[in-house]
Amino acid sequence: MLTNIISIALGAILINNFIFSQFLGICPFLGCSSKVDTATGMGIAVVFVMGLASAICWVVDNYLLVPLGLEFLETLAFILVIASLVQFVEMFLKKSVPSLYAALGIYLPLITTNCAVLGVVLLNVQNTYNFLESVVYGITGGLGFMLAIVLFASVRERIRFAEYPECFEGFPICLVSAGLLALAFMGFSGMQIF
Amino acid sequence: MNFKRQLKEGVITNNPILVQQLGMCATMAITTTLFNGVGMGLSVLIILTCCNVVVSAIRKIIPGEIRLAIFVVVIAGFVTIVDLLLQAFIPALSDALGVFIPLIVVNCIIIGRAEAFCQKSSVGASFVDGITQGLGYTCVLVVMCVVRELLGSGRFGGGLIDIARGFRFTLDGTGAGIQLFPEDYGASILNLPVGGFLTLGFLFGAMQFALRRSAKKKELAEKAAAEKAAQADAEKEEVVC
Repeated sequence: MLTNIISIALGAILINNFIFSQFLGICPFLGCSSKVDTATGMGIAVVFVMGLASAICWVVDNYLLVPLGLEFLETLAFILVIASLVQFVEMFLKKSVPSLYAALGIYLPLITTNCAVLGVVLLNVQNTYNFLESVVYGITGGLGFMLAIVLFASVRERIRFAEYPECFEGFPICLVSAGLLALAFMGFSGMQIF
Repeated sequence: MNFKRQLKEGVITNNPILVQQLGMCATMAITTTLFNGVGMGLSVLIILTCCNVVVSAIRKIIPGEIRLAIFVVVIAGFVTIVDLLLQAFIPALSDALGVFIPLIVVNCIIIGRAEAFCQKSSVGASFVDGITQGLGYTCVLVVMCVVRELLGSGRFGGGLIDIARGFRFTLDGTGAGIQLFPEDYGASILNLPVGGFLTLGFLFGAMQFALRRSAKKKELAEKAAAEKAAQADAEKEEVVC
């Protein structure tokens, strides 16, 4: 049981990192990574929402959709759950933890269209995880995202001083350096867990 | 004529991936064989066109505050339809693309077009926009697939083309493709996730290079025209004097 949880956690953070090996959540990864502190804010918001979404969608799937035989509505139901969850979290934070709300700022509403969130929920169903495994996978997947985006933001801060061909300015050079980071993360792929 | 302009916009000057920088997750994840690329591209084209038409048709009756939620429901509905159809008729494609078919729901291209174009355009224009933007998306996917497959494993058209018994297209993903050079000579890194980042990065670079050059050319031409006009003006003034 415990080894199972640990292997899911390590797998989600390092081996099958959401960004570098599964390509989920690339848009916010490239969009919100120009500074380390905004990247950290985005990362925390994603960890929070991914954990919550995994838990709620697991309950919705197992106690609502499966008993009623409505599995084909999973995508529709999950995206609605995520959208309303994000809205709810936003209102809740605004009211009760204004400091965190101010820190997360505009990143919260953006998370609705982050494919890592919908991706983790769909993968939970695909891998038939139980409740605990789903939540662990959600949170650690978010942590993997945060690790990736913070690392990448610090790389990007250095890119500004680098010399590269003019036509690579902006997006292309970011993609190439993200590719090199992915290459580094590939080193984990041979890792055997237990 | 409008169609021609929109086609040029969708494929080149306002390409959803290379210029608008939308929907990159799937672009890098699934472009390992031509079969996947064409399948994904056409799925997005169909979903985008349907969503564009519906969003444009209901644009006057939906309240502005909750429009995004409505867009998402419309998109999720069409994605579910396409997902089920693929599972039923092309299961190989459905297996190969896996979680990325349902993830079209959160593909920014579709919601981006709904928000930026269909909200203020007629049904006909939105329909054309769906097709042209979808074509632009498909083109990029196909280029990515061809580059990654060719350099990565020396093959062309994996899954889609079979030449074992004459040239034919295989729609069930079983075709072996055309082997142009032995697989061992390929840079297999391009088949790995890293290859997705690098290929797209270089494609972006090439696009920026081309766009900049054409902009510069235009600028030079404009400058030359302006100079000519100024000269003509000066001559005229001399005559007047």
